[in-house]
Amino acid sequence: MPAGTLYRGREGMWSWVAHRVTGVLIFFFLFVHVLDTALVRVSPEAYDEVVATYKTPIVALLEYGLVAAILFHALNGLRVIAVDFWAKGPRYQKQMLWAVMSIWIVLMAGAVYPVLGHAARELFGS
Amino acid sequence: MSADLSKTAVGPVEGVSLYDVDNPAPLIDPPRKRTKRSPKSARGNFELAAWLFMRLSGVVLVVLVIGHLLIQLVLDGGVSKIGFAFVAGRWASPFWQVWDLLMLWLAMLHGANGLRTVINDYAERPSTRLWLKGLLYTATVFTILLGTLVIFTFDPNIR
Ligand code: HEM
Ligand code: HEM
Repeated sequence: MPAGTLYRGREGMWSWVAHRVTGVLIFFFLFVHVLDTALVRVSPEAYDEVVATYKTPIVALLEYGLVAAILFHALNGLRVIAVDFWAKGPRYQKQMLWAVMSIWIVLMAGAVYPVLGHAARELFGS
Repeated sequence: MSADLSKTAVGPVEGVSLYDVDNPAPLIDPPRKRTKRSPKSARGNFELAAWLFMRLSGVVLVVLVIGHLLIQLVLDGGVSKIGFAFVAGRWASPFWQVWDLLMLWLAMLHGANGLRTVINDYAERPSTRLWLKGLLYTATVFTILLGTLVIFTFDPNIR
């Protein structure tokens, strides 16, 4: 690693990479999501048919991944804002990243049952 | 430290000046000063506005998007309850119409501006940049218009 950089290859860089990757993924999801929602203007049957695929176990897993991406991007986005606007933000950027990751783990644990519960019931019987 | 400065690579810092009050040093513009010759793209404050917009929209989107996910995926049976009837019930209320409209516009503009940054970072050839941005702006305008139209023209009695 080149000397004299505090940033490259450390927490700051990896959180930036993850923020970028999650942001791009969410954007692509949103594009498809507006298209599928537009089916309410075609017919109730067309809409319900597509939404039915949202309720299958495999897509439930994708939804869990989407929740993971959104929660990280949202929490880390607030951290970026704090780094930019809070006088002590840059000094505590690392601690704030650990706070982001802790809250993220707790929320992701809490999301397991609501998001994946119906898929588990379908796969393993209720 | 009283070495003869004229023998080092660094010139005298506080030595004899070439200039004085009657013969002032020429004024040099700061490197990024905007002049008549600055390119058009560097005249305004667009990048500052975009930077600020990312942060302001981000704060609002935390509430809108996490609230949306809570309603769609967690509360009241999670994803299982979603269907045409559910959407009809939600869009009967102007509150949720405005919520979705705001979320649509802010998320699309925030995401599109984020992608513009990503394209600026990685696409180096001018023609590649032009094409990618053209595609991005087309998709963004299309999505925002379609989503807005769907909210405003939703008809619960379509059949
Ligand atoms: C898998 C998770 C998601 C589900 C199941 C879901 C479900 C829905 C449903 C049922 C609607 C219809 C209107 C309503 O009930 O409010 C809707 C609309 C909408 N959702 Fe989502 N949503 C999800 C994730 C997201 C995310 C992550 C975003 C933002 C990044 C988002 C943005 C929107 C927008 C902008 C609309 C309005 C679309 C339009 O104008 O036609 N949704 N969503
Ligand atoms: C949930 C609340 C959100 C917050 C707090 C948030 C916050 C931020 C912030 C502060 C930035 C600027 C980062 C920087 O300048 O280094 C950013 C970038 C970005 N955001 Fe968001 N955002 C949110 C939601 C979204 C959504 C819904 C999308 C997709 C539609 C999205 C896509 C992006 C993209 C693509 C970037 C550019 C990433 C980069 O340049 O590396 N964000 N976000």
